[in-house]
Amino acid sequence: MPVKLPIYMDYHATTPVDRRVLDTMTPYFTEIFGNAASRSHQFGWRAEEAVEYAREQIAKFIGADRPEEIVFTSGATESDNLALKGVAEYYRDRGNHIITAKTEHKAILDTCKRLEKQGIEVTYLDVDKLGMVSPDDVKRAMTDKTILVSIMLANNEIGAIAPIKEIGKICRERGVVFHTDAVQGLGKTEFNVQDMNVDLASLTSHKIYGPKGIGALYIRRSKPRVRLAAMMDGGGHERGNRSGTLNVTGIVGFGKACEILTHEWRDEMVRIRKQRDRLAQIIQTGLEDVYVNGPWPEPRLPNNLNISFAYVEGEAMIMAIKDVAVSSGSACTSSSLEPSYVLRAMGVDEEVAHSSIRFGLGRFTTDEEIEYVGELVVAKTRKLRDMSPLYEMAKEGIDLKSIQWAAHHE
Amino acid sequence: MAYSEKVIEHYENPKNVGTLDKSDPNVGTGLVGAPACGDVMRLQIKVGEDGRIEDAKFKTFGCGSAIASSSLATEWLKGKSVDDAEKIKNSDIATELNLPPVKIHCSVLAEDAIKSAIDDFRKKQASRRAANGGA
Repeated sequence: MPVKLPIYMDYHATTPVDRRVLDTMTPYFTEIFGNAASRSHQFGWRAEEAVEYAREQIAKFIGADRPEEIVFTSGATESDNLALKGVAEYYRDRGNHIITAKTEHKAILDTCKRLEKQGIEVTYLDVDKLGMVSPDDVKRAMTDKTILVSIMLANNEIGAIAPIKEIGKICRERGVVFHTDAVQGLGKTEFNVQDMNVDLASLTSHKIYGPKGIGALYIRRSKPRVRLAAMMDGGGHERGNRSGTLNVTGIVGFGKACEILTHEWRDEMVRIRKQRDRLAQIIQTGLEDVYVNGPWPEPRLPNNLNISFAYVEGEAMIMAIKDVAVSSGSACTSSSLEPSYVLRAMGVDEEVAHSSIRFGLGRFTTDEEIEYVGELVVAKTRKLRDMSPLYEMAKEGIDLKSIQWAAHHE
Repeated sequence: MAYSEKVIEHYENPKNVGTLDKSDPNVGTGLVGAPACGDVMRLQIKVGEDGRIEDAKFKTFGCGSAIASSSLATEWLKGKSVDDAEKIKNSDIATELNLPPVKIHCSVLAEDAIKSAIDDFRKKQASRRAANGGA
C-alpha cells in the first residue's frame, strides 16, 4: 500500500481529533447546545450532565478519587499557570520557594520567571546528560520555605519519563505540594495520582486525539486537601477555581478521548513502540554517526525518537524531507534563533543540538510510513553529508573540535 | 514559514558542490562560521592567469537558506574578476533568494565566505611573489 503524503510524525506538537471523539462532540454544537451553568431548563441540565460525565471519564483515567477534582481550563498552559500562581498566592504565608527543572515546558518556566519578579524564589534543577531529574536533587533543594515542586511527567522533546513516584513520595513526606505537567505522558506511560502522590496535574486534550482549546487541572481534595487562588474571576464556575462558561463541546471531546485511552492506551503503545524502534533501526543501520538524545530505551515515551545526524543541520534535513512533518532542536527552526534549551540543559554539544530531529509517532502512524520515512531520512542524510564541509573534514581525520572557527558576529 | 522556490531549487539541484585542491596556488579557500552556531560554509575559487574566477565550489553545514546562499554565491563568482567578486553584497543574495528577515544572516555569512576565499587567494599570491622576488 503506497504512503499518502504528507506524512505526520509530530504527534508531540499536536494530534488529529479521533473520529470517535468528533462524533461524540457533534450533537453538542447544535442540539445539546445549552450553557452548562443554566440551572433553570433542560438545555442547561443536559449540557451539565455531559460535562459531569466527561469529568468522571477523565478522573477515572488518572486515578482521581472524585470527579470534582478535575477543573476544566482552556488547556495545559492555563493549568500550569493556575497551579503555580494559584499555589504561590494561596500558600504565601507558608513560604515562597518553588522547585522545578531547567527542562520544563515554557508554560512552567515563563510562569516561574513572572513569579520571581513578584518575590518568589525558584530553584531550577539541573538534569543529567540524559535529561533526567534526580529525586535526591529535589530533596536537597527543599527548604522550610518550599511550597511547591513542579516536575513534568515526560519531556516533550526527548521523551524522558521522570521518576514522579519517588519525587511524589519525597514531597508528601515533607508536606510540599507536588505538581506535574502530565501533558506528554498521559496515555503514553503509567500515570496515577494516588500511586504517585501527585497533588496537582496539568492535562490537555489536543495531545490525546481530542480537540484543541480544552484542558484541565487535577486538584487534590483529600489526603491532603490542596487549595489555590483562582486566576479567572467572574461567576465562580468550577467551584470557584476557574470562572468562565464551560466549553461543553471541548469537554465532551476531552472526556471521550480519555475514555478511549482507558481501554486502548497499553496496546497502542506496544504497537507504536515497535514502529519507533523500527524507525530507529532503519536509521542506525543505514547511517553512521547518528546519536539518540535522551534515555534509551528507557525510561522514555514509546513514541519518541529524538536523534542527531552529525554533520547535517536540522532545518536543512527538514527541508530535505519536506513531505514529512517533524521538528528539530536546531536554532534555525526557532524564531529566536536559539537552539533547544532542553538539549542545552542536558549538556548536549551545540552542534549536536543543531543536527537534531524529533520524530513523534501516534495513533495513525502506519508501518508503511515508517519504512518510507526511514529510507528517506537515510538517503537525504547521505546527500546532505556530501554537501557538508564538516563531513569531509571528519572523513579526512580532522578533529573538528581543534579548529579555530571564524564565526561571524552580529 | 514555507521555503521560497529558489531556496528549494538550490538545495535540490546544487550546481557547484565540491572541493578544489587547497594546495593549488591559484585556489583561494574561505571557511567561515562555526558548528556551534549551526552554520559553516566553505567556499573555494580557482582564479585563472587573467585574474578571472574560472571555477568555484562550495560545501555548507547549515539550513536551507544557508545552503542556497552559498550555492548562489558560487554561481555568481564564476566568470567574474576577483575585484568584481569582492563587490558582491549580502543584500544582493538575500534579494535574489527572497530571504525573510530571520534568514538574512545566512546571506551575510555567504558574503563573508566570498571575502575569506579572496583573502586567502591574495595571501597566497603575495607570498608567491615574495618567494619569487627574493629568489
